[in-house]
Amino acid sequence: MNHLYRELAPVSERAWQQIDREAERVLRHFLAGRKLVDFSGPHGWDHGALQLGRVDPAADPPADRVTADVRRVQPLVELRAPFEVARVEIDSIDRGNDAPDLGPVGDAARRAALAEDRSVFHGYAAGGIEGIAQATTHDRLPISDDYNEYPGTVARAVALLQRAGIGGPYGIALGPKCHTGVIETTERGGYPVLEHIRLILGGPVVWAPGVDGAIVLSLRGGDFQLVSGQDLSIGYLDHDAESVRMALVESLAFRVLEPDAAVWLAYTS
Amino acid sequence: MAASSGALHEPGDQLRAETVERHRATVSLMEELEAIDWYDQRIDASSDEALRRVLAHNRDEEKEHAAMALEWLRRHDAALDGFLGAYLFSDGGIAERAEELEGEERGEGDGPGGASGDAGGSLGIGSLRAR
Repeated sequence: MNHLYRELAPVSERAWQQIDREAERVLRHFLAGRKLVDFSGPHGWDHGALQLGRVDPAADPPADRVTADVRRVQPLVELRAPFEVARVEIDSIDRGNDAPDLGPVGDAARRAALAEDRSVFHGYAAGGIEGIAQATTHDRLPISDDYNEYPGTVARAVALLQRAGIGGPYGIALGPKCHTGVIETTERGGYPVLEHIRLILGGPVVWAPGVDGAIVLSLRGGDFQLVSGQDLSIGYLDHDAESVRMALVESLAFRVLEPDAAVWLAYTS
Repeated sequence: MAASSGALHEPGDQLRAETVERHRATVSLMEELEAIDWYDQRIDASSDEALRRVLAHNRDEEKEHAAMALEWLRRHDAALDGFLGAYLFSDGGIAERAEELEGEERGEGDGPGGASGDAGGSLGIGSLRAR
């Protein structure tokens, strides 16, 4: 047994498979950061921190004519999205029900994906994570509800990256409002805005529910790193006669290694 | 293309460009490993100490070349990357490690959540970047 305590849950192997499959399906759909940034790991649950290679001088060394420096590390953050599944639904799986109500699993997967992506794109200060939008050295490019302007704005973002010496291909994480606007809009000649943007970037256009506005970034590698200790897993918490409580669990850290490698497109209002 | 690199097993026009590139790297790795083996044998056979030292120096440079070719292959072969991650720099018996990994695939035991890797129960999502 490990820290997920799955063996203690009153859940059969068949039911675990259905629950895991449902969570995986929803996570793959909603996770956006992993489609754009480097992924390192999983390094294991006991992987507690990243080495940053820097030190901070420590006051009052423990002896005369001795200096002391403290290594700087970035701790991994443990994220948990708890959920509860009715035991009648779990039990029905073993009777052959291939459409059990696993809504709470999908809901938790959406929350877990959002938590990871918010950390990647906008940071999580309490967890020591600076997000891409906050770390970038470029000025924000303003966007509005006029989606015909998007190809021009994306082209300006790519030009900023190129001028900073950041090579492509480039990709874009489109927040929900931007994504809806972009896919609904065609330019005056009838050409879809989405296709035009894809052409300018040379890389993927990713729907990113955790992004405010949109973020254009380089996909050349080495600029953004998501470090996974325990990759997304479902663990057991407790149960009673009616339901089983579980949680989607992961440990992660995120680093922006090259702040020049992204441009944030932000709504002006 | 050199003779060894030209030894494709299927018609070249039926192969993807990345397959041919991996073939080049694989042949290069084979050549480096073969050279190491040859140097090892020459060093054993030579009775000239100065020559033995030259050969040992050259042999070890081939090891660097082999490591570089292997790293290139690892970066271009996800399955190889996974297996190298599972076996390289591990402690204990290698055959036992294989049995441990097979057990994890069947969902047995605690999984490799201790020293490295992911705990049993992971959804195995990892990177979602298109390769």
